Amino acid sequence: MSINANQDMLPSADDTAAMVRDDPSVFVLALRHPSIIIGGVLLIVIVLIAMIGPLLTNDPIALNPINRLKAPGDFAWFGTDYLGRDVFARVIHGARVSLVVGLAVSACAISVGLVTGLLAGYIRVLDAIIMRVMDGLMAIPGILLAIALISLSGATLFTVVIAIMIPEIPRVVRLVRAVVLSVREEPYVEAAIAAGTKLPLILIRHILPNTIAPMIVQATYICASAMLTEAILGFLGAGIPPEIPSWGNIMAEGRTYFQITPWIIFYPGIALAVTVLAVNTLGDGLRDTLDPRIARKM
Amino acid sequence: MAARKKANDNQVLPVLDIQGLTVSLPDDADRPFAIENVEFNVGRGEIVCVVGESGSGKSVTAHTVMGLNPKKQLKPVAGKVLLEGEDLLVKTDAEMRQLRGERMAMIFQEPMTALNPVMKVGDQIAEMLEIHTDMSASERAARVLDVMRDVKLPDAEQMMHSYPHQLSGGQRQRIMIAMALSLEPGLLIADEPTTALDVTTQAQILDLIKDIQASHGTGVMFITHDFGVVAEIADRVVVMQHGRIVEQGDAKQVLTKPKHPYTRMLMASVPSLTPPKRKPVKSSTVALETHNLDKTYFSSGWLRAGRTVKAAQQVDLHVHRGETLGVVGESGSGKSTVARCIVRLIDPTGGEVLIDGKNIAGLSANAMRPYRRDVQIVFQDPYRSLNPRRTVGQSIVEGPMNFGLSEADALERARELMRVVGLQPEALERFPHQFSGGQRQRICIARALAMEPTVLIADEAVSALDVSVQAQVLELLDDVRKKFDLAMLFITHDLRVAAQICDRIMVMQHGIVVEQGITAQVYAKPDHPYTRELLAAAPGRHAQFGAG
Repeated sequence: MSINANQDMLPSADDTAAMVRDDPSVFVLALRHPSIIIGGVLLIVIVLIAMIGPLLTNDPIALNPINRLKAPGDFAWFGTDYLGRDVFARVIHGARVSLVVGLAVSACAISVGLVTGLLAGYIRVLDAIIMRVMDGLMAIPGILLAIALISLSGATLFTVVIAIMIPEIPRVVRLVRAVVLSVREEPYVEAAIAAGTKLPLILIRHILPNTIAPMIVQATYICASAMLTEAILGFLGAGIPPEIPSWGNIMAEGRTYFQITPWIIFYPGIALAVTVLAVNTLGDGLRDTLDPRIARKM
Repeated sequence: MAARKKANDNQVLPVLDIQGLTVSLPDDADRPFAIENVEFNVGRGEIVCVVGESGSGKSVTAHTVMGLNPKKQLKPVAGKVLLEGEDLLVKTDAEMRQLRGERMAMIFQEPMTALNPVMKVGDQIAEMLEIHTDMSASERAARVLDVMRDVKLPDAEQMMHSYPHQLSGGQRQRIMIAMALSLEPGLLIADEPTTALDVTTQAQILDLIKDIQASHGTGVMFITHDFGVVAEIADRVVVMQHGRIVEQGDAKQVLTKPKHPYTRMLMASVPSLTPPKRKPVKSSTVALETHNLDKTYFSSGWLRAGRTVKAAQQVDLHVHRGETLGVVGESGSGKSTVARCIVRLIDPTGGEVLIDGKNIAGLSANAMRPYRRDVQIVFQDPYRSLNPRRTVGQSIVEGPMNFGLSEADALERARELMRVVGLQPEALERFPHQFSGGQRQRICIARALAMEPTVLIADEAVSALDVSVQAQVLELLDDVRKKFDLAMLFITHDLRVAAQICDRIMVMQHGIVVEQGITAQVYAKPDHPYTRELLAAAPGRHAQFGAG
């Protein structure tokens, strides 16, 4: 029989879409997207400041009562607080807490949610049980749960991360489950079943890769919301202990003097806003690039 | 027929006259023009079929006429599209909106997606009248009833208050046609309007389009990939390939004496409805057998009574080694359910599935694993059958490696099989998106063969392919059946394909086997009324196609 590649079909619309999705140039595409550039560069700058900054600034917890509540100026760029601590040094140090909390929460929530979602989506008997538990978790107000957990086990970085992570898990589980439910019906998954591939391999080889793009996007949103929640907890006095400066507790301590020394709240507030904005912008850009439906329109 | 002739004689100006139309593609496409120098016309009361395979530019032509192409990507750069003498390419968007519906209308392949799912069908037809005419509400309602009766919808008064999902596929397509005809346009463009329909419904819709064209004198531009449909309906034929017209002429002349080699190749690729002579299968080993196979779906509701759907009932079949059993039937007949029960992608609710004498119907997933390699399946959709993130090689060696073959040995076998299915062994390194549909189906066959099965199930394996590619893949399937002495279960809705490849035929309707027998006998003397109905509905049954 004669085989001639040219006689076969021309690539259809589906074909081209597959090329866009799987091309190694997704990275190049990403670099063309303004949101990714702006968000990415901003975030890199913030990370660098958080890493190197604390080595160059004053001690953020050194008390200097003589110079308390000083306005921003040569002595202290962002002024000083009611104990005379350097607000600039505290904001720079606070960046570490925010970034660590954001990264840790999104990494933990994604890993736990991914495994749970894969199981819920693929194993029918587990689905109902897992999803009812997730519904239950979603019904608990996040901040209240965090305050309850922290008051039970004390305020440490670890408990704050756990407390913020738990309410995020159900969202990840739902997202992963939805992807699994649609992918499990694909003929290539059925072909793998017919080829005798064992369950764990089917999940890892054929289903997991489809969840990666939505997970990256979801991770950025979780990261941004975790930083905000951490600041809120700090502001409410239920967050990171006061000896570690975080944007939330700096603002909480500045609250009483807000009318005479607004800079104590203003600078950490700006830092928080810029960081969350950077992460969200990056997330939007990644969503546009990784979601083939949107990427094709651009 | 006489009416049609007369209409032809009376024509002064063609309804649609396309002159030297060229439409460009974006810079990064694989060719500069989607269609190039396309030139044909559609007379009043004439059905012109535009035929071609995927990528031939037939749909781009239709969409250019309707002004429905995305303007940035597909720009007409030369030529004229004259609708009753007026050039459509120079019209503004507003003028085109006015023309669409009033003087030209289009019906699409999938009536479910073309209709608004949350609007009653009567209102959807009335909407056309509301936008384009100043009829009063009662006049509109009367006109809606008129056109619905025109397209032979039963009980129009009731049906106009139905939502699209409450109607069958054929009824939905009739609603689309009614909507298109409500303003009596001069030109009707039908873009593969029967491709998504069952064969008996397709025959009814084709009849309807012929009737309407005769009684209303509408000019019809009918786009199709199916030469059977062409033989059934066309007055004239336009054959397109790679964006160019390669042949056009009177239907009778093109169908009996095609001039261009491409037209000849296309027509030779259409499988004939007459089964070729096949040697009776000598083998006495039964590889696959089912007894009283049942699959029932139960859906239970908390607040309402549960529903049971009997997808397959009491199915008895057997396939010898080296034999092909065809399972034919329309959608919902249960043919795919039977296949999926045999591969154990779904669990049968009753009966036995015997593979080489061993009943696998009730085995647990773990107990089933050793038997997986004996039964393999090739699916319909070549674009979804291969994991897009894994190389072809990885996909093919997965199965054998599950059963303990080393990677090197599995790859060696994969290379050999690539040659068997007519592909380069080097292609193992490539990803599925780098292959065409036909090539992917070859890869899927190689993947199935890598397991060294005794039973191969082809579930509509050639239905999504263009006719020329279809012929090649059919030939390949027949080759591998002989070469590996496979028992093949060939599931299809297409009686032409079944006639060419099956030793025996089993006809299913509503989950029940209504007829079984040697292919040639079933086609020559069908016993069951449903089989007779299916055969009578096959488009172009009077025309001779293919070599068979």
